[in-house]
Amino acid sequence: MVIKVYGSMFSFATLRVLLCLAEKDIDFELITVDLASEEHKKPHMLALNPFGQVPAFEDGDLKLFESRAIARCISLTYAGKGTDLINSDPKKAAVEDVWLEVGAHKFDPAVGTLVWELCMKRFLFGQNGDEDIVNEEEKKLVSMLDVYEARLSESKYLGGDSFSLADLSHMPIIKFLMGTEVKRVFEARPHVNAWVADMLARPSCVKVFGVPAY
Amino acid sequence: MATPPVKVYGPALSTAVSRVLVCLLEKDVPFQLVPVSMAKLEHKKPDYIKMQPFGQVPAFQDEDITLFESRAICRYIAEKYPNKGTAGLFGTNPLVKASIDQWLEAESQSFNPPSSVLTFQLVFASRMKLKQDEALIKQNEAKLVKVLDVYENRLESSRYLAGDEFTFADLSHLPNTQYLVDKTDRAELFTSRKNVSRWWSEISTRTAWKKVVEMQNA
Repeated sequence: MVIKVYGSMFSFATLRVLLCLAEKDIDFELITVDLASEEHKKPHMLALNPFGQVPAFEDGDLKLFESRAIARCISLTYAGKGTDLINSDPKKAAVEDVWLEVGAHKFDPAVGTLVWELCMKRFLFGQNGDEDIVNEEEKKLVSMLDVYEARLSESKYLGGDSFSLADLSHMPIIKFLMGTEVKRVFEARPHVNAWVADMLARPSCVKVFGVPAY
Repeated sequence: MATPPVKVYGPALSTAVSRVLVCLLEKDVPFQLVPVSMAKLEHKKPDYIKMQPFGQVPAFQDEDITLFESRAICRYIAEKYPNKGTAGLFGTNPLVKASIDQWLEAESQSFNPPSSVLTFQLVFASRMKLKQDEALIKQNEAKLVKVLDVYENRLESSRYLAGDEFTFADLSHLPNTQYLVDKTDRAELFTSRKNVSRWWSEISTRTAWKKVVEMQNA
């Protein structure tokens, strides 16, 4: 029975799960949830995700929500298939976890307003972002990427020498930001730039987004 | 007794630090709590930044490994000591692990943001002589209410968030909820919901958490 992902190509969290499945060479069916008509808040979707969000995930009898939990589950269940996304050495896995958490608790909030101005406003209201706000918010991205630059000068990927869930979980938002004016902040930092180029050239990225993004 | 190799850096009052402390206590892992004076900006000094590049607490060391981000630290502790103290905090079989991870992400993504803002505004702002932001309080209380409604429904059919056993998914809620229930006038957000109230009562009276609260009030 094929894995089902309920979500939208416009949802970073959904893309996180699709990239994970692509890395693991696992077939899936994307059941599109129409975010614009608030389908994710309707009863049939609340039954799959009580927080009224996407994605939701089904693998046989297993039903899950929360993209990072889904990605972790896929990585553990299908260890040995496709790319290994969690290091088998517990100490290395712990460092990968640190940067997965950094992505969730530091990076995502730091770029939240940028994403709203440059992505959501257009998607939801057909409006352009406010330049003043974008310029102000870019400073948060600068501070964040200074830390990432220092980290990535120590190791090829965030968690260490191997690509892991820590890197993958950043891919959807970074792919989007690289298509906007703030890509200059990534490009100005050589290790960050190389890391981004590496990730966006991965076959999983090509598979999910159709064409190489960078 | 030799100094324990496990070191936690930061004040027990910090919600993130207390998350790590309660996990260590649940697992019966000896540790040393190393004070970091935030008033003296010790967390922004170069020696500390080497451990935690964002200049935040906690930082954690165990033998040759240095970690940060409280939930990552806790996962490492549970993985390293599966048979010590409370078992199964992160689950032993794949289905249970998945459920725990799901509800831990719910805590991390849905519960933590509004409850952290409320904790800061209602508990720490005045201690730091900062003015409370009424609009922010109202906005985040509304968000938290929606999350607690989901929890109320979940806990109707499940003793704990991930299932019938206490797990890290429950534990992760202790720090912020303790402040909101104990140190603000918003306790009724939790206590007025029958199942949430029952759940809070059970998890907050665990021995390990009571010890952490004692450390915070010392």
